[in-house]
Amino acid sequence: MSPVGALPLVDVRGASFGYGGAPVLSDVSLAVGPGAFTGIVGPSGSGKTSLLRLLLGTARPQAGSVVRQPGVAVSYVPQLETVDWNFPVTVAECVLMSRPTRRLLPRATPAEKVEVAAVLERLGIGELARRHIRELSGGQQQRMFLARALLRQPALLLLDEPTSGVDVGTRHEVLHLLDDLNRDGMAVVLTTHDLNGMAAHLPHLVALHGRVIAAGPPEHVIVPDVLERTFGARMEVLQHLGMPVVVDGGDRLGLRTVAG
Amino acid sequence: MTLVETLLDPFAYEFFVKGLVAAVLAGALCGLIGVFVTLRGMSYIGHGLSHAIFGGYAAAPLVGLPIVLGAGLWGLASALAINAVARSRRIGADAAIGVVTTASFALGVALLTRFGTTGPSFDALLFGSINGVASADLLLLTGALVFAGVVFTVGYRSFLFSSFDPEVAAVSGVRLGTTETMLMVVLSLSILATLQIIGVTLVAATLVIPAVVARMASDAFSRMLWISTTLGAAAGAVGMYLSWYLEVPSGTTIVLVNALAFVVVLVVTGGRALRRAAGLDDHPAAPAPVLAGR
Repeated sequence: MSPVGALPLVDVRGASFGYGGAPVLSDVSLAVGPGAFTGIVGPSGSGKTSLLRLLLGTARPQAGSVVRQPGVAVSYVPQLETVDWNFPVTVAECVLMSRPTRRLLPRATPAEKVEVAAVLERLGIGELARRHIRELSGGQQQRMFLARALLRQPALLLLDEPTSGVDVGTRHEVLHLLDDLNRDGMAVVLTTHDLNGMAAHLPHLVALHGRVIAAGPPEHVIVPDVLERTFGARMEVLQHLGMPVVVDGGDRLGLRTVAG
Repeated sequence: MTLVETLLDPFAYEFFVKGLVAAVLAGALCGLIGVFVTLRGMSYIGHGLSHAIFGGYAAAPLVGLPIVLGAGLWGLASALAINAVARSRRIGADAAIGVVTTASFALGVALLTRFGTTGPSFDALLFGSINGVASADLLLLTGALVFAGVVFTVGYRSFLFSSFDPEVAAVSGVRLGTTETMLMVVLSLSILATLQIIGVTLVAATLVIPAVVARMASDAFSRMLWISTTLGAAAGAVGMYLSWYLEVPSGTTIVLVNALAFVVVLVVTGGRALRRAAGLDDHPAAPAPVLAGR
């Protein structure tokens, strides 16, 4: 989604992609414009991460095209579950990784130390710079990766399931942080399968199941018909304070309820 | 003969002094590169490459190449072949190593048995020897150590980032192909240079044990590099010295000294250190995060 007249930062046009077998994505189009805040929703195996990889440029479409505006800095925050938290690095070292250097001495320069301290302060984890990454809570880990991503001053930030496996408080923290970054002008694209806790709060959604089922604001995407075609299960959608709330149909599966 | 005279006795022999220097250089080299090898889950590659290079040792004289050059080219080709097969993801890296390196080792055994060798003896190649360490060997070891030091210093953040999180590193501008190729070049060169001292069957231990001990002793990557390099060098010196008195191959005593260091650090630091080292070789199928306060 691009503001009218603005060139997309990344433009995926009719892209198909697979890993050798059946295609994971077919004829997918998605334009990410400056200031976009988009959530890609879909079940496991729907191609969310593959679409992120197309946007990142780490995967190439087998058909269609991905056009990136020249010189656009892109940062990526991986799923917390995919990271080796036992790896021997401190928070500051991890953040500094995203600043490659070819100097003969690998130590951080005074200017780099100031930059790292500033970005950690901005994300509220300045006092954790010297801690080992294993010692962080889920929210702090997510903030550290955001700090690493922000050190590159990206125009586009991509996140893979940023609230997967974290508690409600952390989810709120991450949402507010991303909202702040987006208000500062950064385009944000994330994947999520959390419809109520994450997707419903975003301004723009793409429902994905190998292809784009629907795209638009939550009130157009989080509707029973789209959800059924995306997730393969019938769900009911209620309205609460103007936001859609998804209720799955557990009672229709024949599950017994405990009598009060 | 007094105790001091007994201890100084081996230094009267030039070949021992050369062997000692070679063992220190080889230990430091393997200790340094071992940090990257273990953190990237490539320990088995070190083991496999030493066996692959053995084939090159046997084949080089038969095609008229100097042994070091032939074995080096053979080892590098094996390393790149393993890397290419592993990256294609059609078969796992461990299977690729199993096929490429054992076939190469078997070829080496067949060629040496059939045609003999003009270089190091069969036993020396398998278990290491201080006999016949020439000045050229010391030069090769020194060159390999300097080369590895420069590569890892200049590419420090790229190697660190791609070891920790290759996908994000690639997005952030790290050239994964270049980094992996350089690591393979350094690894091949290091194994080639150290093979005669440590031996085919034991090189992997000198790559892995100092790095594991360093991981148990420290949570900081930069400190790991220093600890592993220093421990490797120290184990090389002590192991070579013991080799003289015990009259056993140098590779075995060097590895046993490394193993002793592992046991000492394990006893001193207990389970905490083992948990630190638990993630080694799990990469990239990393353990689930331990979230504090949950």
